[in-house]
Amino acid sequence: MAQTLYVGTRKGLFTLTRTRTGWKVEEPEFRAVPVSMVLHDPRDRTLYAALDHGHFGVKLQRRLHNKTKWTEIAAPTYPQLPAGEEEKDSFGRPWPRTLKLVWSLECDPRSDGALWCGTIPGGLFRSSDRGSTWQMVESLWNEPRRKEWLGGGADLPGIHSIAVDPRDPNHVLVGVSTGGIWRTQDGGATWAVCSNGMRQEHVPKDKTNDPVCQDVHRVVACQAAPDRIWVQHHNGIFRSQKDVASYREVKAKAPSRFGFAVVAHPEDPDTAWFVPAEKDECRVPVGGKLCVLRTRDGGKTFDVQSSGLPQRHCYDLVYRHGLDLAGDGTTLALGSTTGGLWISENGGRRFQQIDARLPPIYVVRFGC
Amino acid sequence: MPRVTFPTGMQRHLACAPLEVEGSTVRNALDAAFAIEPRARGYLLDDQGALRPHVAIFVDSVPIRDRKTLLDPVRPASDILVVQALSGG
Repeated sequence: MAQTLYVGTRKGLFTLTRTRTGWKVEEPEFRAVPVSMVLHDPRDRTLYAALDHGHFGVKLQRRLHNKTKWTEIAAPTYPQLPAGEEEKDSFGRPWPRTLKLVWSLECDPRSDGALWCGTIPGGLFRSSDRGSTWQMVESLWNEPRRKEWLGGGADLPGIHSIAVDPRDPNHVLVGVSTGGIWRTQDGGATWAVCSNGMRQEHVPKDKTNDPVCQDVHRVVACQAAPDRIWVQHHNGIFRSQKDVASYREVKAKAPSRFGFAVVAHPEDPDTAWFVPAEKDECRVPVGGKLCVLRTRDGGKTFDVQSSGLPQRHCYDLVYRHGLDLAGDGTTLALGSTTGGLWISENGGRRFQQIDARLPPIYVVRFGC
Repeated sequence: MPRVTFPTGMQRHLACAPLEVEGSTVRNALDAAFAIEPRARGYLLDDQGALRPHVAIFVDSVPIRDRKTLLDPVRPASDILVVQALSGG
């Protein structure tokens, strides 16, 4: 059973520990500072936290295993523009080359302490030294169609999902809001967009199926069967077909196909969880009732899981990283924009509300 | 020498005492200060070296005009006061 849950909020990093009687909320770290992402590296148990200081920029912090002290490490830095030049997107709007947010952090299994980091605006970075230094993945940055990416969850586009293939760590998918899914098979030297088969509304008709126009909200892989990719897309739920380069829509009979979050079961490729919300100009639980959707048959059918979740007057929205599944495949955590936090220890059959009124939650992530 | 004073709001994340440094422009003076406090650069300037949007600099009580390249002049006895805007929630 999972023992630790990290919760990144608008006002600090909260740690929950599992005691004999239940989950205990510890005093926050980085009190009152927004924490946009957290990663507990299972290889050396180092904990990383991405802070958004607002006035003073984005910073990364690292805490080594069995230590209590955090150390500020380097934050990813965008390459310098020649003096007087301004970068623009394909719509002629400025694309600032400065870090706005760390939106994703994942391990790179190719070497100890190596990490991937996805950012707003639209950057992918790699570190080979536990975040002491970062290098931009310029091959993706220099893709001509990168300038067609658009702001999805923020004013500027960003990389929110990084899925590394455990069979071959040179094979990596990144999800962009909005910009589709991009794939490298050579460790980041070259990239190709691979979100074929998806459907984007609110674009000119000839771009509906353009893989670069897809607003993928979250992209996750089944660890035991990494060709099974689950995608919560702005316009519905998609899953990979025979390989990760093409997708088909799963027509869920459910409260809504709109949402942000998805988690995949670590072993069963047919099992995944989603958090539906009323699309898309509302973004609240349908009918004021918070629920989780689970499929166990690859998307043919879905169970609505709501036991223990509020079923009236509920306006909790769960963002992309507000849903996590522990490695045991049964412990789920759900954190909302209004600071609601729920944990299920039986795959979503029943949720327990954590007795705390937390700040708005950006990310929940189980420790390893 | 010009004296650089850092924002009070920054102190709990990165404590920096006022520094007396050489410099004839805000950029020169800040570069000299960052040579002593290297981490302060990332707190005050963005990736391209421009002043962060919610940070302001006053030279002898006058707000600087050049937030991008920081070429406002400073005198040998100038007070360079760096402050954070009262924004956020």
